[in-house]
Amino acid sequence: MWRDHVKASDVDLASGTPSPPNPALEGEGLERRAFLKTAATVSGGLVIACFMPIALRRALAEAAPAPAPKTVSPNAFIHIAPDNTVTILLKHSEMGQGVWTSMPMAIAEELECDWSKVRVEHAPAAPEYAHTTFGMQMTGGSTSTWESFDQLRTAGAMAREMLIAAGATKLGVAAADCRVENGYVVNGTRKLSYGELASAAAKLPAPTSVKLKDPKDWTLIGKPTRRLDSKAKVTGKAEFGIDVKRPDMLVALVARAPVFGGKIKHVDATKSKAIPGVVDVVEIPSGVAVLGQHFWAAKKGRDALQIEWDDGAGATLSTTALREEYRKLAATPGMKAKVAGDVDAAFQGAPSVIEADYEVPFLAHAPMEPLNCTVAIGKDGCDIWTGTQFQTVDQATTAKLLGLKPEQVRIHTTFLGGGFGRRANPTSDFIVEAVNVAKASKRTVKVVWTREDDIRGGYYRPMWLSRFRAALGEHGKPVAWSHTIVGQSIIDGTPFAAAMIKDGIDGTSVEGAADSPYLAAIPAHRVDLHSPKSPVTVLWWRSVGHSHTAFVVESFIDELATAAKQDPLEYRRALLPADSRELKALNLAAEKFGWGQPLAKGHAAGLAVHEAFGSFVAQIAEVSVEDNTIRVHRVVCAIDCGPVVNPLTVDAQMQSGIVFGLSAALHGELTLKNGRVEQSNFHDYPALRIPEMPKIEVHTVASTEKMGGCGEPGTPPIAPAVANAVFALTGKRLRQLPLRLA
Amino acid sequence: MKLLINGQPHDVDAPDDMPLLWVLRDLVGLTGTKFGCGMAQCGACTVLVDGQAIRSCVTPASSLAGKKITTIEGLSKDGTHPVQLAWQEVDVVQCGYCQSGQVMSAAALLTVKPQPTDAEIDAAMAGNLCRCGTYQRIRTAVHRAAELSKESGHVA
Repeated sequence: MWRDHVKASDVDLASGTPSPPNPALEGEGLERRAFLKTAATVSGGLVIACFMPIALRRALAEAAPAPAPKTVSPNAFIHIAPDNTVTILLKHSEMGQGVWTSMPMAIAEELECDWSKVRVEHAPAAPEYAHTTFGMQMTGGSTSTWESFDQLRTAGAMAREMLIAAGATKLGVAAADCRVENGYVVNGTRKLSYGELASAAAKLPAPTSVKLKDPKDWTLIGKPTRRLDSKAKVTGKAEFGIDVKRPDMLVALVARAPVFGGKIKHVDATKSKAIPGVVDVVEIPSGVAVLGQHFWAAKKGRDALQIEWDDGAGATLSTTALREEYRKLAATPGMKAKVAGDVDAAFQGAPSVIEADYEVPFLAHAPMEPLNCTVAIGKDGCDIWTGTQFQTVDQATTAKLLGLKPEQVRIHTTFLGGGFGRRANPTSDFIVEAVNVAKASKRTVKVVWTREDDIRGGYYRPMWLSRFRAALGEHGKPVAWSHTIVGQSIIDGTPFAAAMIKDGIDGTSVEGAADSPYLAAIPAHRVDLHSPKSPVTVLWWRSVGHSHTAFVVESFIDELATAAKQDPLEYRRALLPADSRELKALNLAAEKFGWGQPLAKGHAAGLAVHEAFGSFVAQIAEVSVEDNTIRVHRVVCAIDCGPVVNPLTVDAQMQSGIVFGLSAALHGELTLKNGRVEQSNFHDYPALRIPEMPKIEVHTVASTEKMGGCGEPGTPPIAPAVANAVFALTGKRLRQLPLRLA
Repeated sequence: MKLLINGQPHDVDAPDDMPLLWVLRDLVGLTGTKFGCGMAQCGACTVLVDGQAIRSCVTPASSLAGKKITTIEGLSKDGTHPVQLAWQEVDVVQCGYCQSGQVMSAAALLTVKPQPTDAEIDAAMAGNLCRCGTYQRIRTAVHRAAELSKESGHVA
């Protein structure tokens, strides 16, 4: 979604060389310059920093609290050690999506190093690791691959050319007579390893232009490549934020207000301090922190706190009342997100008008690793160890809080035990809180959230209501369409508001609805938006606005197909543009599923197709119902994401997105009563378990189109595909998530 | 209290109600066993006690005197337990946070069902949540681990 709200532009050293289309290269005012900096590291290896300043300041970067990169930095992407080990400094955060493997593949393709010698580390927080479009270091919006594909290949190619130059000098031959092969510079029968040449190469001037390989010559990109982090993750050695241990570190748990916006009235920590192992209790802006020798002491200490809260206005909040408010709002005109034709006139006298309301609940991200953050404040700055998706924002926010320069805040990114958007918070909530605990206690501290803290801690996927009206004309085709969306803005009140809210419309609230591909075929259409405010904090949740718009649009289109007495697939085929990527994905899914062919007794199928983050995904779900329980047996998924770097990643991320979406479609719901979140842990906020796992088949459209993302686009289509299948089976149209038959 | 963890005796100073999970993580320094829910709902904390899979987040360490505790770090010396090998071969992991628990549950399953069916895998692994959705590859990998165990004569 972000791509739609930010003008993309970038620089590229590879002009004139064949490369797959990259959205980062499109846009206006391109300044085709790039700077390169090399520096020898203490170990004598080769470090390449391929720094590409962004010619135009991004709207988003301007809005971000951190400065956009302006100067060349000594930091690096590639480090070749004398023993031939190639260490890639990963600017993205590995949270399961596979960047630990796919990004190094892009570098290694051009570097021509020995893949078995590649090691990966998370890069520190520094300007040269900024997102090429957004101007800040971050991982999100399903952007990592397309935003860095050219940048990382270029970095690899630069290193390769410098190694060739060093090798040629050493061998006393012309660089043109040398080639590279699997980590060696080769001239005739003689060869020198990269490790031998790294030190000399680092002293050479960097090439001002490099030629990238023709895609047909790729040997790594596009090949199924196993993850580089598997062994660490099956042996317990991978370090997540929660595993961090620092000298003299204490563990803290924070008691936070049970009601959104609540404040502390009175604290009695006497009993808490009496718990063996409890070291200190400090008050911070977000609550009361209990510091212990270990988690268990801090937990017991927190349980023993006696706190009187001032609940404030949030005390009366309930999702039931909120829903009523949303329904009332939906009956009034909202802000216009998209209008074409005279919608009201088109409805007048229309023979057939279909109306429906759809509702989806608040959802927590519930990553398997509960939030945590370790902070050590020292004389020369602050060290932070955590799994974050938002390094630049966290760094800038912490610097401001402590009165430091951003570079004095050193962020050590660990593996993330899931992110799903929760670890990319414009307010840096869990980092700010940990910094506050460290500051108040003057201790090195690891703040750990319990699962209850996570489920009740806010920053949810907003609750949404969609009200539809459509009029059908000849051949059952819609001639008028009205879609009113009601729900909280994620962006409002954040530093991104200036860039991402246009004319009052938060683009993330209407993405997938205001730009629905069906609208082009409907002469009169209107999408309007209400963005009510509430004390409940909201945030992007895997696929953001698409997490509700795909469900409602694809369900309602199915309703129209039913009203038109047409097959859901044929109905969509007639509405979608003939050359659209949606249609290609849909057709591939239909073919692989065998749409229209008989299914097992008691089974039925439903489909959905949706574009999100530049990728086009169609899914067909086969379901049955037993005792009112929906069972999903099989999902066939087709994706057009443009050129694929690692097919295993695409496959895994589609499965992952489907499971995440199914958890929400079948189980996910947070409710509030008297201002309190009623759920607390996996027993009452369930996620999909292995017995519920459908057989998933992923098919990729062979595509040379613009590269899209894979982290999120798999999530949106599954809820409507299942809902449409349930309708096909039972005749019951389920218009609320989670899907419930009784 | 005295505990036998991965074949090594440990003498730890912990309150009687302290769950094994936190003894392992915060006192012994074995952080491969993960915290996910604290109420035996997610399986991230799964370890073996005398070969059986248990949820360490709700098991007081004080109840385990004299028993053999095996954590992910002790499953094999170098990541070569059939389950660990199969997991790598099948490319199971994503974020990886739940995988210590998944691997331990799978290892426990194979000791009692050397050739499990899909249904037996689902039943044995139902207590282990994965938010990344690696379940399909987990099923494949458990079957593969069963094959590897048979080939190598490995006894888990």
